[in-house]
Amino acid sequence: MQSASTIDPAEVAKFEAMAAEWWDPNGKFKPLHMLNPCRLDYIVGQIAAEFDRDPTAEAPFAGLRLLDIGCGGGLLSEPMARLGAAVVGADAAARNIPVAELHARQTGLEIDYRHTSAEALAAAGETFDVVLNMEVVEHVADPLSYLTACQQLLNPGGLMVCSTINRNAKSFAMAIVGAEYVMRWLPKGTHEWSKFITPDELYALLREAGLEPVDRKGFVFNPVSWSWGLSARDLSVNYVTASVKRA
Amino acid sequence: MDNRECGRILGGMERDADIVIAGGGLNGPALALALARAGLSVTLIDALPAETRSDAGFDGRAYALALGSQRLLSALDVWPAVAGNSQPILDIEVTDGRAGAGAAPWFLHFDHAEIEEGPMGHMLEDRYLRRALLDAMAAEQRITQVAPAEIVAQETDLTGVAVTLADGRRITGRILVGCDGRRSGTATRAGIARTGWDYGQTALVCAVAHERPHHGTAHQFFMPPGPLAILPLPGNRASIVWTESTGAAEAINALSDERYLDILRPRFGDFLGEISLVGERFTYPLSLTLANSFVADRVALAGDAAHGVHPIAGQGLNLGLRDVGALAQVLVEAHRRGEDIGAANVLARYQQWRRWDTTTLAIGTDLVNRLFSNDNPLLRAARDIGLGAVNAAPGLRRRFIREAAGLTGDLPRLMQGRAI
Repeated sequence: MQSASTIDPAEVAKFEAMAAEWWDPNGKFKPLHMLNPCRLDYIVGQIAAEFDRDPTAEAPFAGLRLLDIGCGGGLLSEPMARLGAAVVGADAAARNIPVAELHARQTGLEIDYRHTSAEALAAAGETFDVVLNMEVVEHVADPLSYLTACQQLLNPGGLMVCSTINRNAKSFAMAIVGAEYVMRWLPKGTHEWSKFITPDELYALLREAGLEPVDRKGFVFNPVSWSWGLSARDLSVNYVTASVKRA
Repeated sequence: MDNRECGRILGGMERDADIVIAGGGLNGPALALALARAGLSVTLIDALPAETRSDAGFDGRAYALALGSQRLLSALDVWPAVAGNSQPILDIEVTDGRAGAGAAPWFLHFDHAEIEEGPMGHMLEDRYLRRALLDAMAAEQRITQVAPAEIVAQETDLTGVAVTLADGRRITGRILVGCDGRRSGTATRAGIARTGWDYGQTALVCAVAHERPHHGTAHQFFMPPGPLAILPLPGNRASIVWTESTGAAEAINALSDERYLDILRPRFGDFLGEISLVGERFTYPLSLTLANSFVADRVALAGDAAHGVHPIAGQGLNLGLRDVGALAQVLVEAHRRGEDIGAANVLARYQQWRRWDTTTLAIGTDLVNRLFSNDNPLLRAARDIGLGAVNAAPGLRRRFIREAAGLTGDLPRLMQGRAI
């Protein structure tokens, strides 16, 4: 990666515009910003419980090495770094990396962003205490081999948080018709309904990949408060799972 | 100022605090305590030195603290220092007609025994509350006080905010909270406009000593020139809030103490015996001012800076402490999730939580004022409804008591007496 001082100023301006877009709560990534507090509540709670950390302490995740797969502009990587984790943000889209790097630098956070994949990191022998695998699995060609790579990336006793979208008539209506066509929250074609995975299918895949699923919750949108919340029962559209790699 | 350039300046610096608070009255210190107790660092700036603000003389000002406000003070561990000087409000009697002229056709009686939570509120003198908050702040390591100091400029960038003081010092943080009153400089500098109107009425506020015990009963008399509230203070004393048209109020306030009492006595009646003035006399023109937004880039407003309602008997304070509870909770939760506490989406949560409530109250206040000329917080319960009808329906009455006690709506955790 080029250092900030040698990078082309025109490129910097472009990255700044893209970073501003990623981090604009009312912009193109509004749905992610709306979902983010709820995702973070789940992630923080699971990590704190698994590694016995006090979430009210200063830098509660200090000493934990964390991988954020599909990091995008760094919407999860930055909070994790702020909580003290040593964060690697990986994205298969090369254009996201300098954008995320720039924003982290502006924010004063140190995050190791890389243009790479879970499979490549696993092949290189990298390991982590926590792998965040949020809204990625529904986009990959072979979920089992992908989740197996994620399992290899975990240290024994490590935790993976994985979220995706359920496959049923309601999720088709909400995630595709609603989010892409009616609300225009997401670009058309973002999701392919046949790639959505039911919670039971995901549990089976996680087990097959060598992980032990320990928890699952639904992300439920409340149209009255216009915000997302966690539900123990309603996993009908967006949902999240936690699994551990037994030592 | 070029934001991008500013970003490089501020972003590279260690900040003085997570949160900078402008205003060291009552809401500012309460917010500082709530944030510091949850692990955040605070710098609080005030124009007056702390010693002046905690000057212990009784000046006649007192607040009717709703139960929710008392719980917030308990959660901040401030209540024990003031509890001994507070007067529980055990009953509220609302009467239409003339004071001392016997029961009127509209008579409404709220008894605290009707709800399980106990007294619906407490009367507390300004001097005790101010002192207790300042003492608690002084003992808190995460709070730095800068006073006396005048803020002359504020600027924001992608990561934080910097305020410049009149002596040239700069103080930096992630977010600036304006608790600097209805003429908030923080709001003005952030470009937040205000909407407001004047009621053409002025509240005369004073404290009296009286012969006979009040038994913890608050009285409200709705009278032709405007309402009169008699709110019990410890001992045989009461806080008086008395509303007249602005012209009449100015004329009354210009009178000597003896002549002033001559005007007050027939309104007050003789049910508490002879009365005499204690402390100073104040006047507050009744006007309403609402900030068009409660947040701006890295800036949030709380208390009168966000919504100046009638500055009488603690209505503003109870609302302000609700802001404090909500803002502290939003910021602490964001901090614990690793979010940037000054980010627009975080501040939007505070705005969403508080602005609706406040706007509703502002409109309700206006309606009640038009109907009754006053909206004492503990009596706001009676708005829009025939008092006799309310009195006849115990369920309805209990609901109003809970509302007056500040126990309804989406309560911040601190207002439930719980830590964040």
